[in-house]
Amino acid sequence: MTLVYVEYQDGALTEASQSALSVASMFGGPIHAMALGSADAEVLKPYGVEKVLHVADDRLNTYAPGAAGKAVHQVISSQSAETVVAASTASANEILSRAAALGDWGFASACTELSVDGDVVNLTRAIWGGSLFQEAQLTGSPKLITVDPNAFAPQQATAPGAAEVEAVSVALDDADFVDQLKAVEKGEQQGIPLASAKVVIGGGRGMGSEEAFSILEELAGLLNGAVGGSRVATNNGWRSHSDQIGQTGTQIGPDVYIACGISGAIQHMVGCKNSKNIIAINKDAEAPIFQRASHGVLGDLHEILPALIEEVKKVKGV
Amino acid sequence: MDILVCIKRVPDTGGRVNLTSDNRQIDTSNMEFTISPHEECAVEEAIRITEEQGGEVTVLALGPEGTTEQLRESIAKGATQAILLQSDDDNWDAHATAHAIINAVKDKKFDLILMGNEAADLGQYQVGPRVATMLGVPCATGVKALQFQDGNAIAKRQDGNNWAVFELPLPAVVTVKEGINKPRHPSLRGIMAAKRAPLEQIAMDAPAPKMVHKGLKLPQESGDQVTMLGEGAAAVPKIMETLKELGVL
Ligand SMILES: Cc1cc2nc3c(=O)[nH]c(=O)nc-3n(C[C@@H](O)[C@H](O)[C@H](O)COP(=O)(O)OP(=O)(O)OC[C@H]3O[C@@H](n4cnc5c(N)ncnc54)[C@H](O)[C@@H]3O)c2cc1C
Ligand SMILES: Cc1cc2nc3c(=O)[nH]c(=O)nc-3n(C[C@H](O)[C@H](O)[C@H](O)COP(=O)(O)OP(=O)(O)OC[C@H]3O[C@@H](n4cnc5c(N)ncnc54)[C@H](O)[C@@H]3O)c2cc1C
Repeated sequence: MTLVYVEYQDGALTEASQSALSVASMFGGPIHAMALGSADAEVLKPYGVEKVLHVADDRLNTYAPGAAGKAVHQVISSQSAETVVAASTASANEILSRAAALGDWGFASACTELSVDGDVVNLTRAIWGGSLFQEAQLTGSPKLITVDPNAFAPQQATAPGAAEVEAVSVALDDADFVDQLKAVEKGEQQGIPLASAKVVIGGGRGMGSEEAFSILEELAGLLNGAVGGSRVATNNGWRSHSDQIGQTGTQIGPDVYIACGISGAIQHMVGCKNSKNIIAINKDAEAPIFQRASHGVLGDLHEILPALIEEVKKVKGV
Repeated sequence: MDILVCIKRVPDTGGRVNLTSDNRQIDTSNMEFTISPHEECAVEEAIRITEEQGGEVTVLALGPEGTTEQLRESIAKGATQAILLQSDDDNWDAHATAHAIINAVKDKKFDLILMGNEAADLGQYQVGPRVATMLGVPCATGVKALQFQDGNAIAKRQDGNNWAVFELPLPAVVTVKEGINKPRHPSLRGIMAAKRAPLEQIAMDAPAPKMVHKGLKLPQESGDQVTMLGEGAAAVPKIMETLKELGVL
């Protein structure tokens, strides 16, 4: 039996979980789904889900990774699941890690390709923030797997399933809820969020100072964009870490990313690889960024940017 | 407060990555090594906490002999002790790594264990929650703000625009993300002292992995060539043209 751990947001099955459901048929055998808290079973039918195991414990309605991991561990064991699949989200990875630790099981997170070969699952994982791939194998039973939702498009099964709801009880103590979510504090968003901006202007070591970023702010203002930076810019205190683009920062996907004084280290480039166009401004013709950019300008950014801003102002009539 | 920080030595790849001829690892000849920015922040956070509240910071790494470099760097910044679980084997999976960490520290007492949210290279997101579960202590992951109140750790993680708040009794495991603080540079005095600091070394053999590493694969290059728009300020007209073509002007 393959168990898919599914997640809902505001009552709706997440798209990421739809990706996870889509790979379940590959493992053969019946597909069961498991959700914590209340779950809409109807939406699981198109994915060939035969049974929906509903863990009846209202305390799990609020995020509690320790208790959830224990519940998942119990369900995997009691239902003798051979394969467990979920979408690679922060919550599912955390919960499955804890279930895996309780059962002493193997767990491969963030898989981008999967194939089954008898008792072995061959898999590919995106590593180094997606700049490289690891090929590996999972053996033994059960096998815990989370899939990168971007690598598997949601796909319905050839035959729908009954999605019959079955309540399963799990034994959880109050102590298992020790690391449950306590509160949610509302944050505030200022300006255009980097992650969803259509235009991003980024600055790196080549900017030379915190003050120099005011020219990027000016250009971003004119183009309705957001300002970001490399890790050197944030490490030097020129920008706050929330502006960092890259593996350990924000992933951006604008129509145009203008990268100024940034060399193009792979940890930076994985953060901007979804940009439709990258215009690199760099004084070093050998900079790796010219290998990955769509457009390049060779030269001193301190000369080029002010001249560019003048021209943009003319067009905008300001 | 006595704190354990787990760090992992990884190659500092820069702009280009080549693989070894057997495609098993990154070719690290001429490469420097580092730790994940998340882990740098974990070390920094631990040092700040002990500066405020007293206590000791122990750094631990599972890796080859060369990992002493990263351990000494942490000592140079203010960690007091270092443990190297020394192994040249490349068959440590997250499960085995968590077991090794627990075995090494089972006779020591820590109030807090800090790790990175995910390692720089393989990013399995597992070692922290696994260690916590095996020790039977609470855990919060992806933390970007950490405070202490009445013997509890108040850990916050970003959830879109909001902050999810967790309150953990100690001892606890907390995995952090870059941005929680701005790591310091080591002082010259620290660097000199770290050179002579004693390290605890324990030789390790990797148990059979549950997830078996087979090799690495480079992504396909798009093969697209960069369009050069010119040099210096003389390129501005071409940049303007391009911005118009791309619909942002
Ligand atoms: C060539 C090669 C072969 C490998 N073979 C295998 C294999 O067969 N199977 C497999 O699953 N993995 C293998 N690994 C990866 C293994 O070494 C990983 O460290 C392990 O799987 C932990 O996962 P992670 O690094 O993704 O840790 P994560 O769970 O992402 O790490 C989270 C945090 O845990 C701590 N941590 C992680 N690793 C260490 C460490 N070594 N020392 C101290 N603290 C640490 C850090 O604080 C880190 O930020 C291989 C690696 C290489 C380079
Ligand atoms: C695990 C890990 C995670 C990381 N995560 C991230 C991340 O999330 N984001 C990130 O950005 N980095 C990250 N890094 C760091 C990354 O490897 C690089 O060190 C960093 O991106 C380099 O920043 P940079 O391009 O600004 O600086 P440099 O590499 O120093 O490049 C500066 C560039 O500016 C050019 N330049 C200098 N002066 C001028 C001028 N006047 N006009 C035009 N060009 C000029 C130079 O020619 C050079 O190419 C990570 C590293 C590791 C190991």
